[in-house]
Amino acid sequence: MGFLTFQGGIHPDDGKELSKNQKIATMEAGDKLYYSVAQHIGAPAIPVVAKGDYVMRGQLLAKAGGFVSAPVHASVSGTVAGIQKMRMPGGGLTDCIVVENDGEMKELSYEGASSLEDLSKEEILSRISNAGIVGMGGAGFPTHVKLSPKEPEKIEYILVNGAECEPYLTSDYRRMLEEPERVVEGLRVVLKLFPKAKGYICIEDNKKDCVKAIEPLCTDSNIEVRILRTKYPQGAERMLIHATTGRRINSSMLPADVGCIVDNIDTITAIGQAVLKGEPLMERIMTITGDAISKPQNLLVPIGTLMGEVVDVAGGFKQDPEKIIAGGPMMGNALFGLDVPVIKTSSAILAFTKDEVSASQPSACINCGRCVEDCPGRVVPARLATFADRGDEESFLKYDGMECCECGCCSYVCPAKRQLTQSIRSMRKILLSKRKKG
Amino acid sequence: MSDLLHVSSSPHVRSKIKTDTIMFMVLIALLPSACMGIYLFGIPALTIIVISIAACVLTEYIYEFLMHKPITISDGSAMVTGLLLAMNLPATVPWWVPLIGGVFAILIVKQLFGGLGQNFMNPALAARCFLLISFPARMTDFSVGDGTASRIVDTVSGATPLAELRAGGSYDLLSMFLGNTKGTIGETSAVLLLLGGIFLVVIKVIDLRIPLTYLGTFTVFYLVFGSFDLGDVAAQLCGGGIMLGAWFMATDYVTRPITKKGQYVYGVILGLMTGIFRMFGGSPEGVSFAIIFTNLLVPVIERLTLPNAFGIVKRKGGKAS
Repeated sequence: MGFLTFQGGIHPDDGKELSKNQKIATMEAGDKLYYSVAQHIGAPAIPVVAKGDYVMRGQLLAKAGGFVSAPVHASVSGTVAGIQKMRMPGGGLTDCIVVENDGEMKELSYEGASSLEDLSKEEILSRISNAGIVGMGGAGFPTHVKLSPKEPEKIEYILVNGAECEPYLTSDYRRMLEEPERVVEGLRVVLKLFPKAKGYICIEDNKKDCVKAIEPLCTDSNIEVRILRTKYPQGAERMLIHATTGRRINSSMLPADVGCIVDNIDTITAIGQAVLKGEPLMERIMTITGDAISKPQNLLVPIGTLMGEVVDVAGGFKQDPEKIIAGGPMMGNALFGLDVPVIKTSSAILAFTKDEVSASQPSACINCGRCVEDCPGRVVPARLATFADRGDEESFLKYDGMECCECGCCSYVCPAKRQLTQSIRSMRKILLSKRKKG
Repeated sequence: MSDLLHVSSSPHVRSKIKTDTIMFMVLIALLPSACMGIYLFGIPALTIIVISIAACVLTEYIYEFLMHKPITISDGSAMVTGLLLAMNLPATVPWWVPLIGGVFAILIVKQLFGGLGQNFMNPALAARCFLLISFPARMTDFSVGDGTASRIVDTVSGATPLAELRAGGSYDLLSMFLGNTKGTIGETSAVLLLLGGIFLVVIKVIDLRIPLTYLGTFTVFYLVFGSFDLGDVAAQLCGGGIMLGAWFMATDYVTRPITKKGQYVYGVILGLMTGIFRMFGGSPEGVSFAIIFTNLLVPVIERLTLPNAFGIVKRKGGKAS
């Protein structure tokens, strides 16, 4: 295997066959859409519309609340019905601007760019920031911030993350297969910001057809496809950087510290669209799948749509689900219900008839070392989880607990079915909040 | 969607391997050698195996029942301990020896320290050493004199091949490799133990780190300090408990370091200790004591061999810089 990879990692059942052959379908917006003001990391956006206002598709609903923040735009035309608190995929309550869809889809006219050559770097960045683009792989970090590193001349690699290592997800796969030109186009825009950098489109070797689709388009001397070994978490930022460039970052470093910027497939296409066409981020591709879904598929969903409506478009449930997950099975969030709006980082809705977690009761650690073997962060999850359960912060830090990326490999492989990731995650949260305060 | 949904922290999928699958695999891997023991030593060997396993499982059940703890006998770990203990006993011991050994292994070594995963010594080996010290004559009687063991090549002397080797006598390497020789119930056949070990490696229950560093270090040690004779080394590797120890006891999850680097260190120390015990100790055997002694070093080894987390450059005095 000559493919690029990292040490550790796992090979879970990928479940991608359920939806991988379904072409991206466009979903029509429902009657009411809910636009969260906090779809990103950083300060929440500040609403600029009030109840009763008429908004057009593409119109600004909430402006960025600071530099590390992102604006929110309407994905339909209609009337603002007010602001209400809604449950988010992560479980918290957030203010949402409610828009009643009039079904006419009146859209603003956008000011596109005649050509990329004519745009200055500042103009490109402001277009990206005005379009409200955030990391759509799940983290939701505002993209214009990521693209404004302290020392731009030191950026050597732009990595487009097409690994899609999470089981079941196929949205990036479909995007690369159906619209490869938009991926390359988006990458060209980012490379315009960093003329000295090389652009790598990184794809796992289980998506050879995507490689075939994209490679012929990489005519520029500074764009290349990089093939990665199929393994979870190949698409984790730190692992991806290491696999493609051999460089390593730890939890307190940014990719830019080693001359890299990583953007997800959906993010890079949104960048291209924002800069070249002037369109803000209003929709995203989601994979709706799992054994409880009637017709697993890939949908282009207007942001703000309730997840319940998205599931209905996929034919609803063929069997009662026991667990519904927003995102992938390894790092996604389990949902309490489907009255949750789609946000910029919602990559998938998975519905399973069986919950593997509750089916397996945790038992005593037998010290088998599988978690150590497979931990891509090279820590000792079994020990960290014990420290976390005991509340032993000092030992947790000494054993590099903060370097855990919460990928979930340890919980996955544990034969005793211990909730290792959960324990470690809780302790990391406590320590991170202490670090912020202190 | 009438029922409430399950909600839990990610990840939401789990591998199919469970603790009991692993223990079951270990039992399967031990089976050929155990059968060889029964074939060689007859019904007494079978009786000892049955008593030992029963003693271990029952002790675990009764203790957990009396202490109002969840009953864990179905995880198979007590069965593995019982079988390993029996395989470490000569077939001549009376019925109460495996019984005492089983109770000691599970009650004293395992349960009193917190049960599965908490013991700091391999229970089967600790019990064996306990029995060796308590009943030295019975535990080293390899004479097999009840007539059922007519298959043994040399039924005259009670000496094991290792004892013969140490005394400067001759040994038959091929029968040592195949197992047609004297020894405890489960240690005689190097080839079957090797097959069991390789089976466990192939199905990824154990890896080669400990067995290879252990056997490798021992070989080098013997060549340097023992005799520089390949035949003698081969006899040392095939004789006594080293194959059983290297593949099945030293690799015991609970009592070996969890860190990868630590496992190499552990293997090297095991090799050295076994060499020292076998060459300079009072008995030709040394594997059991070498392993339980090194078990005691595991916490230290582990602390000194903590891996550097991904992206962390150096570790100084136990702290990441």
